[in-house]
Amino acid sequence: MIAPVVHILPIATIRREQLLPVPGRLVVRKGQHVSATDVVAEAIVNPEHIMLDVTRALGVSTAEADRHILCSTGAQVSKDDVLAGPIGLVQRVVRSPCDGQVVVAGSGQILLEVSQPPSQLLAGLSGTIVDLVGDRGVVVETAGAIVQGVWGNGKVDYGLLKVMIQDSGEELEAARLDVSMRGVVVLGGHCNQPELLTSAAEISLRALILTSIDVELLPLADTMPYPIIVIQGFGRKAMNIDAFKLLSTNDRRDVVVNAVRWDRYTGKRPDVIIELPASGQPAMPRDSEMFSTDQRVHIVRAPYAGKVGTLVTLLPGVSLLANGICTKSAQVRLEQGEEVVVPLANLEVIA
Amino acid sequence: MSRSSASADSVLSIDVGTINTRAALFDVVDGRYRFIASGTAPTTVDAPYKDIGESVGIALDRLQAITGRVIIGSDGSFIIPTRIDGSGVDKIVATLSAGPPLKVIVLGLLEDLSLGSAHRIAETTYAQVVESIGLNDPRNPAARIDTIIKRSPDLIIVAGGTNGGASQSVIQLLETVGLASYLIPKEKSPEVLFVGNEALQEEVKQIMGNIVSLNCAPNIRPTLSSERISAVHIPLAKIVGKVRARRISGVQELDRWSEGKMLPSATAFGRIIRFLSKVYDPNKGVLGVDVGAGSTTIAAGFSGKLSLGVYPEYGLGSQLKDLLAHTSINSISRWLHENTPRDYLQDYLYTKALYPASIPATSEDLDIEHALARQAMRLSIKRLTMEFSPPARRGDQGFLPSFEPILASGSVLTRAPSKGHTLLMLLDGIQPAGITTLVLDESHIISALGSAASINPALPVHVLETSAFVNLGTVISPLSNARVNTPILKVRMKADDGNELELVVNQGSLATLPLPIGQSAHLNLTPLQRTDVGMGGPGRGGRLKVVGGTLGIVFDARGRPIRLANEVVQRREANRRWLIQLGG
Repeated sequence: MIAPVVHILPIATIRREQLLPVPGRLVVRKGQHVSATDVVAEAIVNPEHIMLDVTRALGVSTAEADRHILCSTGAQVSKDDVLAGPIGLVQRVVRSPCDGQVVVAGSGQILLEVSQPPSQLLAGLSGTIVDLVGDRGVVVETAGAIVQGVWGNGKVDYGLLKVMIQDSGEELEAARLDVSMRGVVVLGGHCNQPELLTSAAEISLRALILTSIDVELLPLADTMPYPIIVIQGFGRKAMNIDAFKLLSTNDRRDVVVNAVRWDRYTGKRPDVIIELPASGQPAMPRDSEMFSTDQRVHIVRAPYAGKVGTLVTLLPGVSLLANGICTKSAQVRLEQGEEVVVPLANLEVIA
Repeated sequence: MSRSSASADSVLSIDVGTINTRAALFDVVDGRYRFIASGTAPTTVDAPYKDIGESVGIALDRLQAITGRVIIGSDGSFIIPTRIDGSGVDKIVATLSAGPPLKVIVLGLLEDLSLGSAHRIAETTYAQVVESIGLNDPRNPAARIDTIIKRSPDLIIVAGGTNGGASQSVIQLLETVGLASYLIPKEKSPEVLFVGNEALQEEVKQIMGNIVSLNCAPNIRPTLSSERISAVHIPLAKIVGKVRARRISGVQELDRWSEGKMLPSATAFGRIIRFLSKVYDPNKGVLGVDVGAGSTTIAAGFSGKLSLGVYPEYGLGSQLKDLLAHTSINSISRWLHENTPRDYLQDYLYTKALYPASIPATSEDLDIEHALARQAMRLSIKRLTMEFSPPARRGDQGFLPSFEPILASGSVLTRAPSKGHTLLMLLDGIQPAGITTLVLDESHIISALGSAASINPALPVHVLETSAFVNLGTVISPLSNARVNTPILKVRMKADDGNELELVVNQGSLATLPLPIGQSAHLNLTPLQRTDVGMGGPGRGGRLKVVGGTLGIVFDARGRPIRLANEVVQRREANRRWLIQLGG
């Protein structure tokens, strides 16, 4: 059976395609080294337009207005440039209200696209540009450890990792943050206080890695200026032991927090990447797997949510769960040696 | 297995759902169509596959393994038609619900008329209306254009103007759409569906045909007082297929295999309900309920007239995190049987949204999932019944009209631990009135039947009478204003095997009479306290022939809407008691 995959790997070659939503301009070249927050491409993603009604402004018919339009489609114009006219005794004209580009001119109207600074696409990963994707983006590659999470607030940044928790189920309180943490990435635990998020912003934390978060805090987390990534889930939860070990043993290393939203269709998932020196080129993470014995698996639903273990047996047919549901299941040996039956639908393969 | 006729066509159906892909085989056995078997695989619409072909291939392999019938030849293509050695199939039908809801912008003239109708069109497929622009929209033309560009819609529906009516204002709307579409990058260019004044269609084609992918369909508002949503079902289904084919690999092949007749699963579901409403009792409607991960779909057919509602916002998968924008947490928790903290319920919504294919493995989680299914059905039915014409709406009382039967589909219903769980979910979620039969689509083939109906109308009728569909029971829902625990109905049942049973049904109760599956009986219903049992009005009773289902004959006297206790412990106890009553 096809298995979903979560990446929790101590070393891998990590490749990421970063694309603009619309065609734009690349500002890097192949082979160039970039940091996670370097701009790699830019484009006008949400253009703003102004419609100028030449007919009404000049007080003439549509046909006559067209004869007095001085600009043509594609023309760059500056604020106060005369776009139509003059006409009449008072020499009526139509001026451009802003810098911009003429998109359409005709039928007594001019549609202008207002000049604005372009949206910038960040590398999202510190590494090397290994490919250019037309006028849409780039492929960045690096070597390091990767831990995927489940939720992100849409921001990206990097810095030195500071481990603030000793236990995978610990809660991080706002009082434990201080100005000495300015510019660092904090590995925290569970967050159930809005003060933790706002204090982190006040001291200019570079990023916050959380085990879990109360769902009421998600709207606030979304507005924070720094990246927040949640590794395990919502409500108080302990971090899965593989992710916790990997993150907590890399204190004081450079990490990139790519707190994108998890999008199943595109495959984008929030992650933390720990930049590590690698000898040779480590293998790339496998994105697809079929369930099989001896795989390391992560359980995503109660009663063993957040536990990791080894898939011992794929049980034949369907198994009866304690709640009466019959479903395809596997026998999984948990860290402490206990063997439990888990629906395949509730497993991710760690790869 | 014996083939009764060489000309009878075997049918392979492929349904690509949000979570599962199913390949099902139908063939003729002893002169009648039967559902033979199905093979299932997790749908591979998501990354890293982004290609439904992968899951279709696995589902087909499983089907071949189960049936021993070779459907795919050594060259990797389908064997069509059936060969003398029994390999191959004659026809392929396909349905699709996988993929994110289409982002739709609706434009119309007046809020209550064309704009409202355009909204309702969007609600008949897997769509989410992201913007609505009317004649009285306060934004200037440039701002409207920017809004359309920013929203990056998959589909723009333009309505307005009765036939021979308004034209200039409709053209103005279309100019906005044309300009915006012109400015959207070509690969993201939306489909445009014009369903307004038919007299303008030629002019519209001339103005916009070269700028956008324009689709014209009959005017949904040919006159001010008429609305023809169902006339747009098939053109809309084609557009949905086009958009899906552009975004999802493997969809084009699926459409080709079905000779260009692939349908959105909801459209096929609606088609079978409409079809059955023409075949069954003309005095009653036929209701279909499909509770899925991607959406909840409700279809109601009345003598061939269909009302269809597809609600992605009430799906039990990745949209759950947004469910609280449409309903309160108390409206969900009222259905719980267990003492579940509010926070846990909220966390559940977000966790399930992260892992939409996961399943509840504890009693507590199962209880929540069932509560969500009930609320999803309540919300969907409330939305759709607002569209029923007044006679079908049963006055202003808000009761459902009489349906016979009610067909239910969806994994949450079929994988419940017992049929009692399933039936109670349906009774709570649908709250039927009068006398009806609840039928469960245990093999998830109802959309396939809708799709197959167009090539072979006998197939769905035959298959519906087989064990592929489970008769959960005849349900009688007496309506009374009597006080709780007051007797409101006396029942005497004489089964065909001679057994006689009597029952007094009290207001507020849920009671059953055992009657084995398929066995017939006659019921004598004597309403008390001017109770309406659905036999012609308050106080009217009579004799009724019924057929036993899994749960026998069920009397749901809990009122409409069901009156749940305000006190939490009392309410949970009642929910548990009702489940025990149904053997759950």
